[in-house]
Amino acid sequence: MADIKDIIGKVCPDAVYEENERPLAVVPDAKWHDVAVALKNASYDWLIALVGEDFGDALGCMYYLKSTADHSIISVKVVTTDRENPMIHSVSDIWKVAINEEREVYDFFGIKFINHPDMRRLFLRNDWVGYPLRKDYDMNPDLNPVRLYHEEPDDASVSYQEGADGKITAVPVKVFGDNEFVVNIGPQHPATHGVLRFRTSLDGEEIKKIDLVCGYIHRGIEKLCENLGYPQTIHFYDRMDYFSALPNEHCVCSCIEKALGVEAPRRAQVVRVICDELSRIASHLLFFGTFCMDLGATTALFYGLRERETILNILEETCGARMSFNYYTIGGLRADIHETFIPKVKELLAIMPKALKEYHQLVTGNVIFQNRLKHVGILSREDAISYGIGGPSGRASGWANDVRKTNPYAVYGELDFEQVVMDGCDSFDRYLVRMKEIEQSMKIIEQLIDNIPEGEFCAKVPKIIKLPVGHWYQEVEACRGAFGVYIDSRGEKTPYRMKVNGTCLRLASIVDLITRGSKIADLITIGGSLDYIVPDIDR
Amino acid sequence: MKWEDFNENEYIESLVEELKSSGQNVVVGKLDQLINWGRSNSLWPLTFATSCCGIEFISLGAARYDMARFGFEVARSSPRQADFMMVAGTIVHRMAPVFRRLYEQLAEPKYVIAVGGCAISGGPFRNSYHVVKGIDEIVPVDVFIPGCPPRPEAMFYGLMQLQRKVKVERFFGGVNRKRTREDFFRENPEIAEREHAQE
Ligand code: SF4
Repeated sequence: MADIKDIIGKVCPDAVYEENERPLAVVPDAKWHDVAVALKNASYDWLIALVGEDFGDALGCMYYLKSTADHSIISVKVVTTDRENPMIHSVSDIWKVAINEEREVYDFFGIKFINHPDMRRLFLRNDWVGYPLRKDYDMNPDLNPVRLYHEEPDDASVSYQEGADGKITAVPVKVFGDNEFVVNIGPQHPATHGVLRFRTSLDGEEIKKIDLVCGYIHRGIEKLCENLGYPQTIHFYDRMDYFSALPNEHCVCSCIEKALGVEAPRRAQVVRVICDELSRIASHLLFFGTFCMDLGATTALFYGLRERETILNILEETCGARMSFNYYTIGGLRADIHETFIPKVKELLAIMPKALKEYHQLVTGNVIFQNRLKHVGILSREDAISYGIGGPSGRASGWANDVRKTNPYAVYGELDFEQVVMDGCDSFDRYLVRMKEIEQSMKIIEQLIDNIPEGEFCAKVPKIIKLPVGHWYQEVEACRGAFGVYIDSRGEKTPYRMKVNGTCLRLASIVDLITRGSKIADLITIGGSLDYIVPDIDR
Repeated sequence: MKWEDFNENEYIESLVEELKSSGQNVVVGKLDQLINWGRSNSLWPLTFATSCCGIEFISLGAARYDMARFGFEVARSSPRQADFMMVAGTIVHRMAPVFRRLYEQLAEPKYVIAVGGCAISGGPFRNSYHVVKGIDEIVPVDVFIPGCPPRPEAMFYGLMQLQRKVKVERFFGGVNRKRTREDFFRENPEIAEREHAQE
């Protein structure tokens, strides 16, 4: 892979390069769009994270890009010093994932993106005062009291278009036309899996366009983290995507460990991998249950939850909780595994093949089930990459993106397992990929369960954890896809900025794309097959 | 469970005292008891879950904990058909008006259970700019179930407390009150002004 200096240097000679964990280029905003095109052409076509940040003297964004060819990661920083009317060029035409992520940055920092098609707030009410993640945000509750009246429905949006002469004009945009028939689905709706709202424009039974409205469970975790010590931030990771609590904790712990320069002892690493895979199985089982329930097969929910309870029992004995585990800590584990852990996991491994067979007998072959899923909700490989859909949903579109394989962490590099990739691109394959991943997870656990090494379960770390100055990004493969944590440290006990980068916002963003033209009843199955978790969208 | 095994007995006793002191017709009293027996054993929850606590609520419905044993199994997706609302999860600013409307749509007599730290006080997110610091700021709450998330057993305990409360209530001329739309708007001038200005 060509050095990023070569790629960027051709289009933008005045870029500055900084030494960091990864290659980092600081690009002036005027050239940023050209640089982005050049990077994409050089196979850096997966925008894995777009992090808005208030750097103190400037506002700006960090872009993390991953090459789909060799999986190397680079980062680019673009800033603007204007605090009154900050503007940066949009890259939403290059990477579609940026459409919603730039709206998020606008919501939190007030940075307007030039040439972005639809610059509205994403999470907060449209009458919200201020930009909460700026360092000078006024927390006074009088400015933003709990408002009990509904916000005005807002079809008027704006796009900041740059003319040929470089002048920027605000062009009004309408989300829905005047004659469109818009049906509101959610936020309180049993099939949206949480408090998510789709404003759906219909033509008869066909979906023409969906406007995603989120923020009904936006809890402001990123801002909260800025006032907490590093060990105190870990428990939030159980409460966003609560089904993949352990992989998420794994991510934040290894990010902090990387910054501190400690390595978890091998025993901890092996146990972490086993627990991650147990959560993955539990999560996919719940997916199986709720997905089938969306299709009307209520019995399947009880089957799926039956095995999930077995896993929760195992985890409860070791971690002390059924859902909010808070089990991993910086340097290793909070406690050693319970004495029943190994035998119980073995019991689980013994019953799972039978259970899986039962699930398949129950639903997979069913004609109604297949007809409702096959060739429904087609997501092409190009779209999956452009929208940054990692995880099982992306792998069902023929895109091998499993972080455990591409950028191995912990002991995944030594293990023998397959990355499940299918190329049906439809809801049915998204379902099958998850069912097959359960088998692969079992294979991983089988290899490790008899080989948990003796020794310490937690490395020695300082009592008060201060990270050196710098920034870090760490990715893991969580149950729904790549999950990343970005930490910017100014050498203090608390992070200067902590960004949580889940996959679910991306999954929800493609609902619009892949439901267009299908029937409204398919919206439910397509949404179910993507398996997003709403608190992870909103954070 | 036996009477002595419950906590909060004084609260229920004081409710009973209150009822007795107001005096009641024997026939109506017996009818009340019968109706309340029926009501308390078929309380229908609203399917309402915003986050993590909601998942434990799903576990309640599954085979291992099985809330059908207590008559709670008929979870309704429409508030108009439900008796009570388990508020399982964080309520944030944007959700607050929606949540309030759901509450108003529940048919009388209605009850609210606050499940988990978030619903009770904002929980781990209390200091956030976007989280409501306890749902009792918005709606009246009957039972609080602490935990993060509460164990399913704890949820049952809370649900049983609600049943006990229902059992000692006065149905006729008591909880079975009639409130009209006009009453509601009189009590909530702000909502009336914002949302029904045209009327
Ligand atoms: S109380 Fe805890 S488990 Fe329940 S919603 Fe809040 S954070 Fe989640």
